[in-house]
Amino acid sequence: MDARQSVRQLGPVVIDIENITKDYVMGEEIVRALRGVSLQIRRNEYLAVMGPSGSGKSTLMNMLGCLDTPTSGHYEFNGRNVAEMDDDELAAIRNREIGFVFQTFNLLARATSLRNVELPLIYAGMDPESREERATQALTDVGLGDRIQHKPNELSGGQRQRVAIARALVNNPSIILADEPTGNLDSKTGEEIMVLLEDLYQRGHTIILVTHERDIAAHARRTIHLRDGVVESDEQTFVPRLETVAAS
Amino acid sequence: MKRFLYELEESWRIAYAQMRSNLTRSTLTALGVIIGIVAVTLMGTAIGGIQVGFDKSMAVLGDDVLYVTQWPWKPVDDWWNYRDRKKIQNEYAETINRMIAASPNSNLMVAVPTSSLMRSIKYGGNEVENVFTLGTTSDFTVTSTIDCKEGRFFNEIESRSGAQVVVIGYDVADVLFPSESPIDKSVLISGHAFKVIGVNARQGTFLGLFSWDSMVAMPLAAFNKYFNLKNELDARGENQGESDVRVKVKDKTKLVEAKDELTGMMRRARGLPPEKKEDFSINEQQAFKSTLDPVKNTIAIAGLFITGLSLFVGAIGIMNITFVSVKERTKEIGTRKALGARRRTILLQFLIESTALCLLGGFIGLAVAYFMCFGIGKAFPSFPIQFSFGLVIASMVVSVLTGLISGFAPAWSASRLDPVTALRYE
Repeated sequence: MDARQSVRQLGPVVIDIENITKDYVMGEEIVRALRGVSLQIRRNEYLAVMGPSGSGKSTLMNMLGCLDTPTSGHYEFNGRNVAEMDDDELAAIRNREIGFVFQTFNLLARATSLRNVELPLIYAGMDPESREERATQALTDVGLGDRIQHKPNELSGGQRQRVAIARALVNNPSIILADEPTGNLDSKTGEEIMVLLEDLYQRGHTIILVTHERDIAAHARRTIHLRDGVVESDEQTFVPRLETVAAS
Repeated sequence: MKRFLYELEESWRIAYAQMRSNLTRSTLTALGVIIGIVAVTLMGTAIGGIQVGFDKSMAVLGDDVLYVTQWPWKPVDDWWNYRDRKKIQNEYAETINRMIAASPNSNLMVAVPTSSLMRSIKYGGNEVENVFTLGTTSDFTVTSTIDCKEGRFFNEIESRSGAQVVVIGYDVADVLFPSESPIDKSVLISGHAFKVIGVNARQGTFLGLFSWDSMVAMPLAAFNKYFNLKNELDARGENQGESDVRVKVKDKTKLVEAKDELTGMMRRARGLPPEKKEDFSINEQQAFKSTLDPVKNTIAIAGLFITGLSLFVGAIGIMNITFVSVKERTKEIGTRKALGARRRTILLQFLIESTALCLLGGFIGLAVAYFMCFGIGKAFPSFPIQFSFGLVIASMVVSVLTGLISGFAPAWSASRLDPVTALRYE
């Protein structure tokens, strides 16, 4: 089976961005971080966003993650217009539709793995029993079933990032947004995390990877290059491993 | 609603973890609130104590007794109009009692004459000076609640015959008879021997207001035999002694009618023609209260304001520490927002943190205040301390309000943080 073909057969559009721009006012100057980006991301895609610093990569990620709203342009998330939403509506979208994985893990230092993973469920208003059940399941899914009562400082870097991934997964979001997920890890641990993400992709999750490392981006099925606030290239990439996984 | 409860629970958990991990900082900040709450609570008990002491003293006067006196019980500007009034004679009581007996519908019950002087009183080697020495009749027990710890008040026979018997106050008994029962002992009042027949139960003194503790009472006939009011002049040449008539009212809801009736009787007793103004004053407890109430209220307001300032300083400390906490945890706020925390959630979290700190301070402060009250009560038994349940509730409410108010500005700024900026904050 051809990788390109498999991409073509993907599900409905999750993210639909049309000609969005983002300007920042820096003192007297206006910095135009995004100068008109259009993008469609479908369910069960594995997309990498690449670009040098200053390319608008982070800004685009903030837009995709509904952490910020564009200055102009159109943004639909699952058919809902995000560009016009207020803070609390955006928070609800982030809570239900987006799972964040940060470079620095961003775990609550004094809370156990379980409590960290439960956090999005608390904000979703889930009752304590279901919360614990779901969080435990998510931790088991990322291979930390035996670490649920550990605090971040009792875990290795790779384990911490796994907790963060479990936290991103736990609310069953439409997309997982990983911002340099291996940036703070050694290459071996980083590779383990990438295997985990691949696994999630195989299980049907939609993954958006923001990175400046070519090796990391190579795991994705589609790569977007940004330069000076515009999309320079958008290409499907062939991943040989897909064959092996698919064949197995 | 459910989500709100879960968020609330989560916020309490965070607040607890936060306080535990920053123990020194939390303790020092709470100290400000502790001091504030202690100050306010102690002031509250003091005000409560003043109220109780005041009420006790007022109870001695009785709320159903009218006092016929030369001077009114309120400050007067035209003192010269009162100075030359005729003295209130003991005999008026007799006259009034006859009038009461003659009018069956009278609102008055009984009139009791009293005369008083300051006298020193001796027993063996012990002496108490300036004891309020009261001469009255056995009907005195009707107008005033007399509660004898030992012995009894003098009876009608002793009253009429002018028996040389005396009922002494608690403090007087305490000094004169430190280690023995005063009953049936003979004390010397200005060189005249009186037999002690009763000791009053302790009443407690307060602000020098009326108290039975430092007085003695004897039959009026005996009093008049040995002490002459007219010759009692103090250093300023003013007559120290005083005599008045107390009249018990049948129904205290008809105090005004009773007062009018008594005024009429006194005018008749004095033979005042209708065109002449009264040359006596009729007072009741209420008049006394209304002159003292503003004083009491001013003390209360000023005291609470000054102690409130210390609580205010504590609140500033809380506000400061909450600002620091928000600053330190900017990245955490960003993360929480990324995970779906709404503005309200963040606001709640920091409000609860500051409130928890204030509540903790409030609890400790209350406990400290309680023990201090206990200690003060033990050290100065005469000072009326009033540690009430209402005060506990009030100080808890004040603690929570302090937390909410002082935490609001930092919590608001946290809730308004831009998630992108907050996430990038190092």
